[in-house]
Amino acid sequence: MNQTSAARPLVSFDGVSKHYGSVVAVHTMNLEIYEGEFLALMGPSGCGKTTSLRMLAGLEEPSEGEIRLDGQRINEISSIERDTPMVWQSLALFPFLSVQKNVEFGLKMRAIAVEERRQRARKWLERMEILELAERDISQLSGGQRQRVALARSLVTEPRILLLDEPLTALDANLVVRMQGVLARLQKELGITFVYVTHSQSEAFAMSDRVVIMSQGRIEQIGSPKAIYRSPASRFVADFVGANNILSGSITETGEDLKISTAVGEFHCEKNSDRDFNTGDTLDLVISADLVQISMEGPEVQNSLRCRFISEEFVGSIVTIFAELEDGSDFKVQARQRDLANMALEEGAAFFASWNAADAHLIGGNGA
Amino acid sequence: MSVRPGKSLLLRGYVVLVFIFVFTPILTSFVFSVNSDRFPTIPLGHFTTHWYETIFADPDVWDAFRISAIVSISVAVLATFIGFCTAYTDYRYNFTGKAFYLSLALLPPTIPLVIMGLAMLALLARINMSGEIYSIVVSHVVLCSPFAMAVIRMRLAQIDPDLESAAWNLGASNWRAMREVIVPFCRPAIASAFCLTAAVSFDEFAVAWFVSGLNKTVPVIILEILQGNTDPQINAIGSIVFITSMTLVILAQLILMRKTINQTATGI
Repeated sequence: MNQTSAARPLVSFDGVSKHYGSVVAVHTMNLEIYEGEFLALMGPSGCGKTTSLRMLAGLEEPSEGEIRLDGQRINEISSIERDTPMVWQSLALFPFLSVQKNVEFGLKMRAIAVEERRQRARKWLERMEILELAERDISQLSGGQRQRVALARSLVTEPRILLLDEPLTALDANLVVRMQGVLARLQKELGITFVYVTHSQSEAFAMSDRVVIMSQGRIEQIGSPKAIYRSPASRFVADFVGANNILSGSITETGEDLKISTAVGEFHCEKNSDRDFNTGDTLDLVISADLVQISMEGPEVQNSLRCRFISEEFVGSIVTIFAELEDGSDFKVQARQRDLANMALEEGAAFFASWNAADAHLIGGNGA
Repeated sequence: MSVRPGKSLLLRGYVVLVFIFVFTPILTSFVFSVNSDRFPTIPLGHFTTHWYETIFADPDVWDAFRISAIVSISVAVLATFIGFCTAYTDYRYNFTGKAFYLSLALLPPTIPLVIMGLAMLALLARINMSGEIYSIVVSHVVLCSPFAMAVIRMRLAQIDPDLESAAWNLGASNWRAMREVIVPFCRPAIASAFCLTAAVSFDEFAVAWFVSGLNKTVPVIILEILQGNTDPQINAIGSIVFITSMTLVILAQLILMRKTINQTATGI
């Protein structure tokens, strides 16, 4: 990520809103996207991520605020003149043109001479490792090959920024993983900015330098995948990302450690931020399911909870255990399959979950 | 789906019967057009091309074919263009009164042809435009545009709505995107609409009879020959008309179907 102090943002969203009648799709968005970074816009459907991307591409006009590209206001510049090519969810390849002609399209619109057009298109087809498909029809290609054509078509004009709108949705799981690798490597090699819209955490986290989490038209958090995973800034993010347990409570003691009282017991927690904690503050305790240890006997340690086993979900080496707490709320634990092998976990069985005081993350309270 | 052999045989027989019912009159007409007897009687006489020679020796018939050709090609061009514009408007824009606009656009074929012919004659005579070749063209364009629109609209319904945006995104202006993306995508439907409207115009009698004046089209001349004398000339000219318009209609179907098969066969 080229986020040196001197780096000027390539794209700025400055108080950008988008309304459709009374519906607010994007709400006063402020975001800076830097030269050469891989940025993911992530959120559930209807959160405004695609609308934001379309505004950047010039396919929607902001209702309020300003979008700047390279310091220049581009609100009024039409999509045609922006050079912000996009890879579409449907890919939107032209079915009546050959692979080669599809890739040449952007150059043809820029009135580049036939021979140069052909050579530049072939260079990109070669780079995407599909040169041998140049004369094929789009209908003869597989899903992965189409992705590569769509990428070549968008990159052939050598833009400084590439927009991607959930381009991997139509692929099967193992191909998604392969294309993630292709995209991430391509972005590093080209050094241009990728803005990638997705609802998938694995896609966003696997490829991007920074992730923007959106919900209901607002940005909830901006940060590196790790920061977002380990330190969610809001209850929404904690719920949406990863597998987190959220316990609501209030502070009863603010000594060396915080002591927090919840409906299912009292827990110790490290002060893992600089802010002031006062007795009586309400906040949410976020415990990531993968940082929880389990045992069958009640351990004499801090931060231990009695759980009732409900079900488990087995996805290879990692097992997610779904349990119920004494007050009826849900609790999740992720553990390695081999660590669970000698535990007799059946429906209704009681076990204990515990975690380190340093591993719980605090959100809420004093306006945080 | 599998059907029991007995039932399948019955079904086939039924289909054959339906086809016989539909095509017997036309076949009969064709058979008598190459039969030497003046009147359509059985047993048949010997094979002859005499009746074809007679009609092709008649300058009026040649004239009628010439006028019909001019009219149907002009109509096909104009009606396909108007049909395309209407269909694209429907695809691209939403506006108040769109349902009304569409039902108006699709209305002409539902009007009885005699009424349409009369109304056209009344209008064109009032503005001094009746009795010319272009009178027929104008009237037929009104009649044929909805067919063209229907065919092209069906094609536009299959387009990926991102396709046009993708063209803009790659630097194409509105017009350029229309030329480079929408028209090529619709090309099979446009060709098909062209054949279809040409066929409808070539066949149409009632409206042409009212507005044509001295510029008689083929269907109009057929009626005149029929009124003058009954001989197998009618069968000969009828066969030619049938083959011409059938060729156009089948062509229209083939062009449309080939494209659809290509696309469904490969899928995504």
